Amino acid sequence: MLIRPKAGILDPQGEAVQRALPALGFEGVGDVRIGRLVELDVPAPDQLEAMCEKLLANPLVEDYEVQLLDGHGG
Amino acid sequence: MKFGVLQFPGSCDEVDALAAARRVGDAQLIWHADRDLGGADAIVVPGGFSYGDYLRAGAIARFSPAMEAVAAFAADGGLVLGICNGFQVLCEARLLPGALLPNANLRFTFRQVDLEVVHADTAFTCAWRSDTGGPASSRLSIPAKHSWGRYYADEETLDAIERAGQVVLRYAPGHNFNGSAYNIAGVRNEAGNVFGLMPHPEHAVDRLIGGSVDGLTIFESMRLAVESVDARA
Repeated sequence: MLIRPKAGILDPQGEAVQRALPALGFEGVGDVRIGRLVELDVPAPDQLEAMCEKLLANPLVEDYEVQLLDGHGG
Repeated sequence: MKFGVLQFPGSCDEVDALAAARRVGDAQLIWHADRDLGGADAIVVPGGFSYGDYLRAGAIARFSPAMEAVAAFAADGGLVLGICNGFQVLCEARLLPGALLPNANLRFTFRQVDLEVVHADTAFTCAWRSDTGGPASSRLSIPAKHSWGRYYADEETLDAIERAGQVVLRYAPGHNFNGSAYNIAGVRNEAGNVFGLMPHPEHAVDRLIGGSVDGLTIFESMRLAVESVDARA
C-alpha cells in the first residue's frame, strides 16, 4: 500500500527534501511528496481497500494505492 | 459534576487533566480498555502519544473500547473535550471535522500561545469573561506543545464550519506557529458538545506554572454547561 498526502496539501517534509537536493548537486527536481509504504501479507486482497479506508490511510488527507506483489508473501 | 479522563498506553497529560478537572469538580481516570465511563458527566481525551502514535496520531486510539463508549456518549449529547492528542483522536474518530498534520515548520514546538475566543457562548468557553482574563481582553494564554498540530480541512469543510460557528478558538496574529488553516486552534462539532484544541488548557490552571490560569476557563465552562442542563432536568 502506497499512502501519500493528497495533492494540494502542504507536505513540509517533501519541501525540505526538495530544497536539500540542489545543495547536493541534483538540479531540476520538481515536486517532492513523501508518504509511507505498508507491506501486508493478506489472505484476501479484496480487504485491502477497506483496510485503507478504515485504518491505514486517512482519506481526508491521504490518497492510497494498492499494489499486489505475487509471491512476496513469505 | 464528574469528569472522566481517558488514559491510553502512551498518554502523558492525563494526570494534569485530572488535576485541572478536580479544580472545578470530581474526576476519575478511565482506562482505554474499559467500556464503562463510570457515570461521568463529561469526558476529557488527554494529550500524549496514544498507542505510540503509530501510523498516524490518534489513528489506533479511536478504535479502543473506551473511545467506542465516548462516541456513544457524544451521540447522546455528552460533553467531550479533546486536548492535543485527544483532539487528533476525536478527528480520527470523525467526531470532529478535519485532521491534524505535521507542523509546517517540521519542528516539535513548545511555547505559550495567545488564543482568540471566537465564540464565548459555547459549552467550552461560556465561563470566559473578557474583562477578567488574558494578556489581551479577548484572549486566552495557554501553552502548546506538539509536532502534529496543523489543522487542515478542505475548503468546503472550512467554509461550512466557519459559517456554522464551529471555530471556537483561533491563534492570535503571530501565534499560529504550526500553520493551521484559518488560524484554527479549536473546533467543535455541529451539535456543539464535542470540542478539540491543540493547546493545553490543563497545563494553565495554576499561577505558579503554566503562565496563566486561563486554561481553567475551559473546565469551568464545562462544569457550568453540565450544571445548567442538570438544573433544567
